[in-house]
Amino acid sequence: MSVLIYLDQADGQIKKSGLEAASYGAKVAEQLGTTAVGLVLGTISAEAIKAAGKYGINKVLQVTDASLDAFDAQVYTTVIAEVATQQNANVIIFSHNANGKAVAPRLSVRLKAGLVAGAVALPDTSNGFIVKKSVFSGKAFANVAVNTAVKIVSLNPNAYGLKASGSGDVAVENISVTVPAAKVKVTGKSTAAPGEVPLSEASLVVSGGRGLKGPENWGIVTDLAHALGAATACSRPVADAHWRPHNEHVGQTGGAISPNLYIAIGISGAIQHLAGVNRSKYIVVINKDPEAPFFKAADYGIVGDAFEIVPKITEAVKKLKA
Amino acid sequence: MKILVCVSKTPDTTAKIAFKDNNTKFDEAGVQYIVNPYDEWYSLVKALELKESGVATQVTLVNVGTADADPIIRKAFAIGGDDGIRVNSDNSDSFFIASQIANVAKNGGYDLVLTGKETIDFNGSSIGGMVAELLDVPYISLATDVKFNGNTATVKREIEGGDETNEVSLPLVISCQKGVAEQRIPNMKGIMASRTKPLAVQEPVAAEALTTISSFETPPPKAGVKLIPADNVEELVRLLHEEAKVI
Ligand SMILES: Cc1cc2nc3c(=O)[nH]c(=O)nc-3n(C[C@H](O)[C@H](O)[C@H](O)COP(=O)(O)OP(=O)(O)OC[C@H]3O[C@@H](n4cnc5c(N)ncnc54)[C@H](O)[C@@H]3O)c2cc1C
Ligand SMILES: Nc1ncnc2c1ncn2[C@@H]1O[C@H](COP(=O)(O)O)[C@@H](O)[C@H]1O
Repeated sequence: MSVLIYLDQADGQIKKSGLEAASYGAKVAEQLGTTAVGLVLGTISAEAIKAAGKYGINKVLQVTDASLDAFDAQVYTTVIAEVATQQNANVIIFSHNANGKAVAPRLSVRLKAGLVAGAVALPDTSNGFIVKKSVFSGKAFANVAVNTAVKIVSLNPNAYGLKASGSGDVAVENISVTVPAAKVKVTGKSTAAPGEVPLSEASLVVSGGRGLKGPENWGIVTDLAHALGAATACSRPVADAHWRPHNEHVGQTGGAISPNLYIAIGISGAIQHLAGVNRSKYIVVINKDPEAPFFKAADYGIVGDAFEIVPKITEAVKKLKA
Repeated sequence: MKILVCVSKTPDTTAKIAFKDNNTKFDEAGVQYIVNPYDEWYSLVKALELKESGVATQVTLVNVGTADADPIIRKAFAIGGDDGIRVNSDNSDSFFIASQIANVAKNGGYDLVLTGKETIDFNGSSIGGMVAELLDVPYISLATDVKFNGNTATVKREIEGGDETNEVSLPLVISCQKGVAEQRIPNMKGIMASRTKPLAVQEPVAAEALTTISSFETPPPKAGVKLIPADNVEELVRLLHEEAKVI
């Protein structure tokens, strides 16, 4: 028996969500009294893999085949299924991110293993295997019982956090698995500029709405984001008007995020917007209208003109960090 | 090319979410239902565009649900689609639903299956991948752009902080989100036509449920907002640092 944790990587680094999966998987293994085994696919340095050792896993397996540097959900499923079988894994952990959403459902079918997609808490193993997941776009949770011998859990980014434990010295073992030919050809890629935090992984997010009047005013949002080391987001009308790129759009029909801090500037707080952000741990709302619905969902608020207030917050943050 | 578009029925985006029977069932009292936005706005419209441009020959809608879903399928018909199939079941396990859709896709000889990025009630983002695995065909998830050149698709899919371009041939499953197409509003002609489009009902094939929902919970209510005067933003930064400890 073992808990197998797929450590998602990009550009030679294990993603933050992958390290969160490691933290979570280590705890699940402890709960079940078994070992936590990480799995890395593709070329990535031993150094970078060691980063995962800080989060409590017992060893890391690596399939170094360079063809795995290009992602094909079907190929990944075959490889992970084989490793899971070799390792006699009874629980397999993914992060509920772009690659996890593509592979975990396929693997669920391949192994006939029930999947809880978007878990927000550790499994309850007192009577079966029940995992809490986010449903109704953040407005509720469901406790999902997995009825199969092998269980798959994909963990929502930021839901469990990074829990350092263990020495950080983790054994890395190369294993060989037959990698089938890919049917998907990766022909291009665009990623966040170095230093920019991807929105889905960010623990701090600064977001702007129609209250900012136009794209030329976004400097106050990005300045605050840079001061905080935060990612930027926006409401749907802002993305629809092409003031900001589509991948920044959060809400019911955009991205769903759950950062530690969400700062909403000039956003009214429509229910469809809240659906994407209401799992944030803390919400700060800056709006000139004291009746804006967003204040009802906020932890902290300032009523006033964003153009005056936000630059002052940026200054205060810089002072704090100095 | 024959396209199968998966459409699901979800509570309206503004619906009040409450539970009954000891928190084991969704409380439907007063709830309006809609076509899952990702299915209606993106996958269905993409399928229609492919038909209008001569790439596809047929667009069929599929739903796994009870007769309650018929009005929702008709709503989707008002946007477009040639015909529909409803697999008559109230089973909500993702593997069960995917097994039904894969069976319809196989029997009908569909080359392309489109799903939404996720349902806004269950938020599984799982059905597309499961259908692809059951059909043993490639799966491109979270697509933001889909183009066809003959049998080969060029698809942009979302990755953390950016996107990736994939080239892949039919048969294929794609899950769609914003960017894939522009939302369409049904017109009078579409609404009239929606009433008479053929909707076949068939019984499910056997498939086990790999998971069951044992109960629901709603998040604890927020304590209420702490307002900070606009002339004292230092106080906000102090609270975020010392009280919330998030910066
Ligand atoms: C099915 C459906 C799905 C949807 N999905 C989404 C979604 O995913 N995401 C989303 O965001 N929306 C979504 N919407 C739209 C949503 O209902 C709202 O229309 C939208 O969120 C409003 O955006 P906003 O808050 O930026 O703009 P507005 O509602 O126009 O609000 C602007 C706010 O800025 C404030 N303001 C103005 N000037 C200033 C100033 N100088 N300083 C401070 N504050 C100021 C105003 O008081 C106001 O509260 C959806 C709608 C539907 C019907
Ligand atoms: N009952 C259903 N009938 C038809 N299609 C469905 C059903 N449930 C989900 N889907 C499709 O699968 C997508 C993803 O659903 P989910 O995995 O539940 O998030 C949806 O956007 C639909 O396109």
